[in-house]
Amino acid sequence: MIELAWLIPVLPALGFVIIALATKRFKLLSALVAIAAMATSLVISLGIFFEVLQMGITMENPVEYSVRWMSVPGIEINAGILIDPLTAVMLLVVCIVALLVEIYSMGYMEGDPGFSRFYSYLSLFASSMLGLVVANNYFQMFFFWELVGLCSYLLIGFYFGRKSAADANKKAFITNRVADFGFMLGIFFLFYQFGTFNFGELAEAFHGYENIAFLTMAAILVFIGPIGKSAQFPLHVWLPDAMEGPTPVSALIHAATMVAAGVYLLARQFVLFHAAPVSLLTIAYVGGFTSIFAATIAVVQDDIKRILAFSTLSQLGYMVMAVGVGSITAGMFHLTTHAFFKALLFLGAGSAIHAVHSNSIWKMGALVKKMKVTTWTFVIGALALAGIPPFAGFWSKDEILLATKEAGFTGLYIIGSIVAFLTAFYMFRLIFVAFFGEDRTEHEPHESPLCMTVPLIILAVFSIFIGFWGAPFVEHGFASLVYFEHPHHVTPDYMLMFTSTLLAIAGIVLAWLVYGKKVISAEKIKNRFQPIHNILYNKYYIDEIYQWIFDNIVLTIASMFKWHDRNVVDGTAHGISDSIRAAGARLRFIHTGSLQNYALVIFIAIVLIVLWMGMPVLGGIQ
Amino acid sequence: MNFPVLSAIVLAPVIGVLAILLIPEKEELLIKITAAVATFISLALSIFIFLTYDRSVGGVQFVESIPWVDRFGINYTLGVDGMSLPLVLLTSIVIFTGVFASWDMHTRIKEFFIFLLALVAGVFGVFVTRDMFFFYLFFEVAVIPMYILIGVWGSTRKEYAAMKLTLYLLVGSAFALIGIIATFLYAGAPQHLGYLTFDIEKLATVHYDIAFQKFAFFLMLIGFGFLVPMWPLHTWSPDGHVAAPTAVSMLHAGVLMKLGGYGIIRLGIFFFPEGAKYWAPLIAVLCIVNVVYGAMVAMVQKDLKFVIGYSSVSHMGYVLLGIASLNSMGIDGAVAQMFAHGIMTALFFALVGNIYHKAHTREIARFGGLAHQMPRVATGFVIAGLASLGLPGLNNFVAEFLIFVGSFTIDKVVLGFIPFRALSILAILGIVITATYVLRVVQFVFFGPRKEEWDHLTDAKGIEMVPIVILISVLILFGLFPAPMTDLINIGVEPLIAKIQAAQAIGGVF
Repeated sequence: MIELAWLIPVLPALGFVIIALATKRFKLLSALVAIAAMATSLVISLGIFFEVLQMGITMENPVEYSVRWMSVPGIEINAGILIDPLTAVMLLVVCIVALLVEIYSMGYMEGDPGFSRFYSYLSLFASSMLGLVVANNYFQMFFFWELVGLCSYLLIGFYFGRKSAADANKKAFITNRVADFGFMLGIFFLFYQFGTFNFGELAEAFHGYENIAFLTMAAILVFIGPIGKSAQFPLHVWLPDAMEGPTPVSALIHAATMVAAGVYLLARQFVLFHAAPVSLLTIAYVGGFTSIFAATIAVVQDDIKRILAFSTLSQLGYMVMAVGVGSITAGMFHLTTHAFFKALLFLGAGSAIHAVHSNSIWKMGALVKKMKVTTWTFVIGALALAGIPPFAGFWSKDEILLATKEAGFTGLYIIGSIVAFLTAFYMFRLIFVAFFGEDRTEHEPHESPLCMTVPLIILAVFSIFIGFWGAPFVEHGFASLVYFEHPHHVTPDYMLMFTSTLLAIAGIVLAWLVYGKKVISAEKIKNRFQPIHNILYNKYYIDEIYQWIFDNIVLTIASMFKWHDRNVVDGTAHGISDSIRAAGARLRFIHTGSLQNYALVIFIAIVLIVLWMGMPVLGGIQ
Repeated sequence: MNFPVLSAIVLAPVIGVLAILLIPEKEELLIKITAAVATFISLALSIFIFLTYDRSVGGVQFVESIPWVDRFGINYTLGVDGMSLPLVLLTSIVIFTGVFASWDMHTRIKEFFIFLLALVAGVFGVFVTRDMFFFYLFFEVAVIPMYILIGVWGSTRKEYAAMKLTLYLLVGSAFALIGIIATFLYAGAPQHLGYLTFDIEKLATVHYDIAFQKFAFFLMLIGFGFLVPMWPLHTWSPDGHVAAPTAVSMLHAGVLMKLGGYGIIRLGIFFFPEGAKYWAPLIAVLCIVNVVYGAMVAMVQKDLKFVIGYSSVSHMGYVLLGIASLNSMGIDGAVAQMFAHGIMTALFFALVGNIYHKAHTREIARFGGLAHQMPRVATGFVIAGLASLGLPGLNNFVAEFLIFVGSFTIDKVVLGFIPFRALSILAILGIVITATYVLRVVQFVFFGPRKEEWDHLTDAKGIEMVPIVILISVLILFGLFPAPMTDLINIGVEPLIAKIQAAQAIGGVF
């Protein structure tokens, strides 16, 4: 199966081409083409996964092959496939979620005039994402890194007629471009020093490389890429706005897969960061800060998708932090569980939005009566996210907290615990407001069709059980597959489990007291802390700051350049031509006003001047 | 292989001109078809030589030579190598698509196509000739029709723009002419070749002394720098782009500017590698101004064509950066970028022309939501924009990537304190600025709510789709499979690199 790995990204790409060129008019056919391609990729990915297990392919002895893509002297670029457990796991995550989202979208996007366009973009995205996952070198990684960014751009702006969507996709692309600028420089510095893009060759080159300062610089530059793609502070601003895209897109791209690509990159070439401890520290604190920063914002938002978006930011911060404290096992495990339960939450939110035609949680309410499947699967997702045992998020989140604690980052451990509390609180605030309580809906909501609810149920099953794969008492689980250098088997820390569970339950109870039972008035708290509420509600005003910088600094400089171009550069040229014209005016017999004469004067003058100036060096003329 | 294929490429448009002269003015369709056939012959032959150029042998192939003026060693010598072949292909693609982009023109189309084809014959000539005399001759043939084409068929401030463009290019060609004459005389002196010749291959064997190299390379740099256009010699180009009719803009930005880059490489670096080393830092500094300044100015333009005009200034800065790198990656990238930019910018102008023809305005602020009325044009524009901002999978990315890596790996210091790498980083920063202005235009013109004002606009269809489809296909083809192109370019660049490496380091201008 491994020799067929190249088909995994190629099949959805074919799907894209077929939809774009042939089946555009036949909506159902377009969806089927996309789904068939995705399902085949999933089958191959499954085959590879079991082959990896069977053949004992580990992180130390990956299977790799490549073909030349382009080369000129001094540089060789290959298109390659790298299969190790990390790849195998990531392939499965991407394929499963993508397939479920594509099935779900048949119901969600039904009747949309852009139905085929939607599936063509989704296929292109899946292809790019899978190409990124199998990459064996930085160039290929960057190539697909940009392409998933493109798909994200296209899908955020899917409803291009809405100004907000057009604003959001531009913002997403440009923010990511800023990050990719750093990423690219990092890759270039590595190439400049080591002469290769290949992950394996680079890893060997780092071994025993003395110049740690250089590696640190390169590592931090490379990390800027994930700061953009995985929406870490301070480049997180695009992700909440990205919710302008159709909800299945938010689930697939802006929650489960693409935004996790940054974490995947960190894990893929962890050896680089490992060799440069300062960069690792940076990663840990950026991740930790993002996780609590975003969680505080999520507490006060009204839009169901925005709450989930900030939650995604926060959870991505968790993963980045886990990698930063040295555990790619914990980071990748959380990536895996999060992909399932966050996709579930988004699809559930989509189902709710589909029913009530609004994004605001205050326009929902008591959905449990009308939408049983949606509500209960959503609750399962929320329990998983909040980290209530035995749901998936509990195991992966605990692993992260344990990793921070074991690595001696007490500050980050405390931050992580607070985030766990906040997460439970904002998720159940959402649930008590939108799915229970009084009915505030304006339409008559009804349950979504089967093609939407079945994916929800499948994802819910994953959200319940996938956590056991990495539970500390399971042998040959996740930790023995994905690791750096050697598997790290943790001993269950029951005290830690107990505390974090307690915090999560406290969050839920608090949410229930405020929004369910209403013994504490949310209104009063809000009024009491109005300034803080404003800051949180406005996302710490970071978007406004960036906008101000762009409008007042960047555009001003640009206008100055434009003025300079029109007046100084062109002004000089006009000055020269005017003086020639003036000279011509005195020599009236030349002044005919026709182009040829001016041209001739200029031409002869230049020839003479330059020849005269060049005389000394025209040694050859004798 | 005795068929003079290169002559045929150059002469096909000339025969087209002759045929059109015989056609009555009112037979518009026949004139257009004739132009299409003539340019198609050039295109087919260009593809033929692209496919049959023997890559295992390399060097100059498809050579033809007819003695012309023996006394001065002027021969009608044609031949292509790996560097000129892609540019021949580029020219033929752009002119062929340009003819279709002019399909809905109705004013004096007989004269229009005569001048257009004459122009393109000149451009083909520059790229295929191996004789410096003919190089200059063809070069002038390419410049003069431009004046008439813009002056007669142009729009916004066309007389001013046509005059400005012509004066600038003539000033440039004056510099180049002196360089050419000086080189000719120097090489012909008894202590060098001992006989007069304009043959580029023979001229390249002469070892010019360093003082002369510095002098002559500077002349070539300024002369062809006008055309590239190198900052601050660039202001003719946005004005020219804006004023020119669609097909002329396509040729102008797509091909004519490349004559500049090609000239600097062929008559500059190839003859005077030491001079190139001396002046490279100057090029490097100026080209960064091109890249960053051009992109910033593009961001605040109000006219669609001005945006693309300044984006060309910015993108041609990358060509200069590749040239200034003086290594394989850089120069390969520069040539690849000339090809890629030519295709991309031709696509831009074809699309803008399409919009302008129907909407009679190019003012960005007046548009909005055009993707509702013109989804195909919008798709094409987005693809051109993505190529422009260097998205992987499209041809420009490969070229820019090579230029970036090529310039990034240089350890020199410019001006005594600026590392070359810092300049390279500034150039890479250009991709962020480019993304900003491209996406702003895309958003303001194509996205947003539908405006009823534009409901009368029809989407591109039929003949109009020909240039769009061809140009996009080329961008994607060489974006996904760049090796056939870059391998070919490298075959052409290799001898150049050998000369640069043999040249002694002589400090540098700063």
